[in-house]
Amino acid sequence: MNDLLQLLLNSTLSTVSDVLPIAIIIFGFQFLVIRKPIPHLKNVLFGFFYVLLGLSLFLVGLEEALFPIGRLMAQQLTDPAFILGSELGRLAVWSDYGWIYLFAFTIGYATTIAEPSLLAVAIKASEVSGGSIGIRGLRNAVALGVAIGITLGTFRIISGTPLHYYIIVGYIIVIIQTFKSPKMIIALAYDSGGVTTSTVTVPLVTALGLGLASTVPGRSPMLDGFGLIAFASLFPIIAVLGYAQLSQWRASRSSSS
Amino acid sequence: MIARLSRRFTRLLKPLISSVGDLLPIVLVVGFFQLVVLRQTIPDFAQIVIGVILVVLGLTFFIKGLEMGLFPVGESMAYAFARKGSLFWLLAFAFALGFGTTVAEPALIAVANEAAKVAAEGGVIAHHAEAMDAYATGLRFTVALSVGVAILLGVFRIIKGWPIHYFIIGGYLGVVVMTMFAPEEIIGIAYDSGGVTTSTITVPLVTALGVGLASSIRGRNPMIDGFGLIAFASLTPMIFVMAYGMIIG
Repeated sequence: MNDLLQLLLNSTLSTVSDVLPIAIIIFGFQFLVIRKPIPHLKNVLFGFFYVLLGLSLFLVGLEEALFPIGRLMAQQLTDPAFILGSELGRLAVWSDYGWIYLFAFTIGYATTIAEPSLLAVAIKASEVSGGSIGIRGLRNAVALGVAIGITLGTFRIISGTPLHYYIIVGYIIVIIQTFKSPKMIIALAYDSGGVTTSTVTVPLVTALGLGLASTVPGRSPMLDGFGLIAFASLFPIIAVLGYAQLSQWRASRSSSS
Repeated sequence: MIARLSRRFTRLLKPLISSVGDLLPIVLVVGFFQLVVLRQTIPDFAQIVIGVILVVLGLTFFIKGLEMGLFPVGESMAYAFARKGSLFWLLAFAFALGFGTTVAEPALIAVANEAAKVAAEGGVIAHHAEAMDAYATGLRFTVALSVGVAILLGVFRIIKGWPIHYFIIGGYLGVVVMTMFAPEEIIGIAYDSGGVTTSTITVPLVTALGVGLASSIRGRNPMIDGFGLIAFASLTPMIFVMAYGMIIG
């Protein structure tokens, strides 16, 4: 119990230091430049307090319940003894890593659904679009993109192919999709790449990347352990644009028939 | 009386249930791999239950605070700047917000220290604490600067109403060109640094600012013009970090 309180205190302190510069900038500009009181100041202060409290509890809960077991799991799944089983001693090839791909896919999807900043953007997008972009739909599309991205990223670490080939091909796909997608969705789709990777996804995905890079023969954790986050920020853009294209195509087909 | 109480209760319960739904996939994935694939028991079940309850409560409070605090502040600042009509102060605010929220970001500090280790091991900088600290601090300020520039540029784009994809495609070209010249050790870190810059508190605030600006300027559409600030903030760090690697290396 004492440990829990200690953890809660640490997490609150680190969240406060996260909020502090933002509060200083906002209130500084508000009083020195805008020179008008903030509307509904009491509500806003309560709101900031709730955000602080919420994030602290959220982080402590993750640290308490899910991160230790998730990290351990990433290590165990990448352990050669688990991957090769009774054939230990032979060199593993990329197709031996089936469970890892499944883990990468499912954990990428699951952590993105729980990501608070994606939820914030989805709420705003639904509000601005008058509900035509659903909160659930956007989050599912983004999560699917992260899932595919992380899976491909683990394949890259296992196969040892250069990171920038994947990223450049991804860029080309995004550019082509941009010219074929409805204009309304483009900015939101670009944004959805940046919001996927924060509090929940990064710790688990980093553990997976480092675990893989240190156990796959010929990979160095320093050089190959990075890059999964980059996949997780690129593929949601493709997924959201794709989702919009699919909806548009469906709508045009049903209206023409 | 009873009807009112039960209405109150459902109003409290609804966000809690949706938070549970958000967390459920992680619990299922971890449970499945632990029990079915790795065939191990769940260690310390009580601790996990407490943790899950904390996460659900935390998420519920966060969303409440979002709607009471972060969204309204971002919007009211946007309206106030639009009414004031001073481009200089708006851009100064945009830069300060980007720089100030990034420079102290814990995820960035962690990545910067990791990058300093890689650089020392690769022989780019001297292998002692002082040189590594200097390298990590330099990297942090580089990324913070890049996010400040990104938000500034993004806000300017919203005011002008320029199409976002020109900037993003231009940024992609910048990344590709820089990749060809940057030292190999920095590429992975540079690509990842784009993803770690935007924290959970910055994202709602910056989104509300962009949407607020686009709704208060005549002729702008909040859906087409309002989003995109986060995209800028995840693209510029890649270019700046590779430039940093080239200058130091």
